[in-house]
Amino acid sequence: MQSNAALEYDYTVAKLFTYTAILFGFVGMLIGTLIAAQLAFPELNYLLGEYGTFSRLRPLHTNVVIYGFTVSGVFATFYYSAQRVLKVSMAESKFLMFVGKLQFVLYVILATAMVVTLLMGITTTKEYAQMEWPLDVLTVLVWVLWGVAMFGLIGIRREKALYISMWYFIACFLGVAMLYLFNNMEVPTYFTSGGVGSIMHSVSMYSGTNDALVQWWWGHNAVAFVFTVPIVAMIYYFLPKESGQAVYSYKLSLLSFWGLMFVYLWAGSHHLLWSTVPDWMQTMGSVFSVVLILPSWGSAINMLLTMKGEWNQLTENPLIKFMVLASTFYMLSTLEGPIQAIKSVNAIAHFTDWIPGHVHDGVLGWVAFMIMAGLFHMAPRMFKREIYSKKLIEAQFWIQTTAVVLYFTSMWIAGITQGMMWRAVDEYGNLMYSFIDTVTVLHPYYAIRALAGVLYVTGFVMFAYNMVKTMTSSRELSEEPQFRSPMA
Amino acid sequence: MDIRELQGYASFFMTIFLVVVLYGYIVYLYRSEKKGEKDYEKLGNIALDDEIHSEPINDSSANSDEKKERNK
Ligand code: HEM
Repeated sequence: MQSNAALEYDYTVAKLFTYTAILFGFVGMLIGTLIAAQLAFPELNYLLGEYGTFSRLRPLHTNVVIYGFTVSGVFATFYYSAQRVLKVSMAESKFLMFVGKLQFVLYVILATAMVVTLLMGITTTKEYAQMEWPLDVLTVLVWVLWGVAMFGLIGIRREKALYISMWYFIACFLGVAMLYLFNNMEVPTYFTSGGVGSIMHSVSMYSGTNDALVQWWWGHNAVAFVFTVPIVAMIYYFLPKESGQAVYSYKLSLLSFWGLMFVYLWAGSHHLLWSTVPDWMQTMGSVFSVVLILPSWGSAINMLLTMKGEWNQLTENPLIKFMVLASTFYMLSTLEGPIQAIKSVNAIAHFTDWIPGHVHDGVLGWVAFMIMAGLFHMAPRMFKREIYSKKLIEAQFWIQTTAVVLYFTSMWIAGITQGMMWRAVDEYGNLMYSFIDTVTVLHPYYAIRALAGVLYVTGFVMFAYNMVKTMTSSRELSEEPQFRSPMA
Repeated sequence: MDIRELQGYASFFMTIFLVVVLYGYIVYLYRSEKKGEKDYEKLGNIALDDEIHSEPINDSSANSDEKKERNK
């Protein structure tokens, strides 16, 4: 490859995915707040006819925040950081540039079609795999294009060693590719019913317990390879870069990587404890979930130790605050998950609000915090302007941190109360409570969660505003900042 | 022994095998660094020094040149 003096990193594709991350983040979290409010105040189900009911909006929430917001964030940070750690620019290959842009265009079509079809009630009804088969086909295409861009960039790189973030991005690509295909094997009911069914509506090729197993093999690995692995990729790049401190132990990062790969794949059956899957498999799910603490904490502690001797940055730089809190929340949820995967604990926790509580300390405190911090770090480099307002970031940080705490504490209380009430029996073995008793008791906690939603979305709007202002009207920078992101 | 039991045993022994491999990897990492064959920790600088014109920490073209030298 010829190196010429004018060569620069090209952030075109990274910018495009930044826009969609902001858009889908806002929409997805707004819907999340609406459904949280619906659980507290059921009248809110009747605002928009069938399109406004909880059952329509819940899958819309999960799909938009996962495949809209998080995946956009993953693509944006990938197209930004991969060039840098490989020391090669997208501008050096017309082909890769084309692939990146094509991937974006198809992705936007896919995401739009996903929102429309789910709103219309077109769904396979499998959690995190609700998209119908034509959209699955498009998903595969988008994913393959990402792979082409990824391995294309790797192919023309100057930096021989792949930085640890690249390992994680590659794992995200491979893991999702494999499991998505397996889990979405489906046939339109038209073919299974001799012409009575529909072309558009499909059923899984597996049935019964097997279907559940494949479903949670994927379902849990969606957590692993969408909510964990690429987010770890982000923190391994952005925290060292923003703080100017090399990762504390590179060897530990390699070990945690292989540990995570090895263990995560087999933890999925903890979603099926006490169900009809073989006993040994349930035990395996529990055991692997507990072991999973080690590689997870390996990465998180590595990140905290990276800040060794530099903790003053925590008070001075709000982006460091976001990232340090993100890795702390990562530790919290990777301790909480294994606890819930212990069979006796699961007997109380399963089907209760403790589960969404656990999900959201992870996604709000870890995933969304890390994505926002990453995008903030990228903004001055991509748009060549300083970040519009530091004060706004500080305020956003505190509002959203309060929101996360309110969310998970209310759901802990709600979930455990619920679990205890469901199984409470009187001296003759009769159930002491009916379902509606639990609903009455839980009402205040649902209201608190809805409030948490309002706070979190407010913080996200502040983030979006700050980003838009940074893109359009902030002070221009004459040269690229090396470590700490400049902000007004 | 029915198929489920077999699956259980297979899973158990595969786990043991992979644990051994993972521990082997740890030993390998530390040993190769001690012998001075590899320096993993300097790779952490890839994230810090990531300008397009900065020297690669592990240069891909330099290495292939080295190989060519050796193959002469
Ligand atoms: C304003 C922020 C948010 C609020 C208020 C919110 C609210 C909710 C509510 C009410 C549910 C349904 C719980 C139930 O059925 O009982 C839910 C589910 C879920 N949300 Fe969120 N959410 C927010 C942000 C996010 C984000 C950013 C993500 C991911 C990046 C996310 C991922 C999920 C997932 C995966 C589920 C399914 C959980 C399960 O099946 O146990 N949410 N959310």
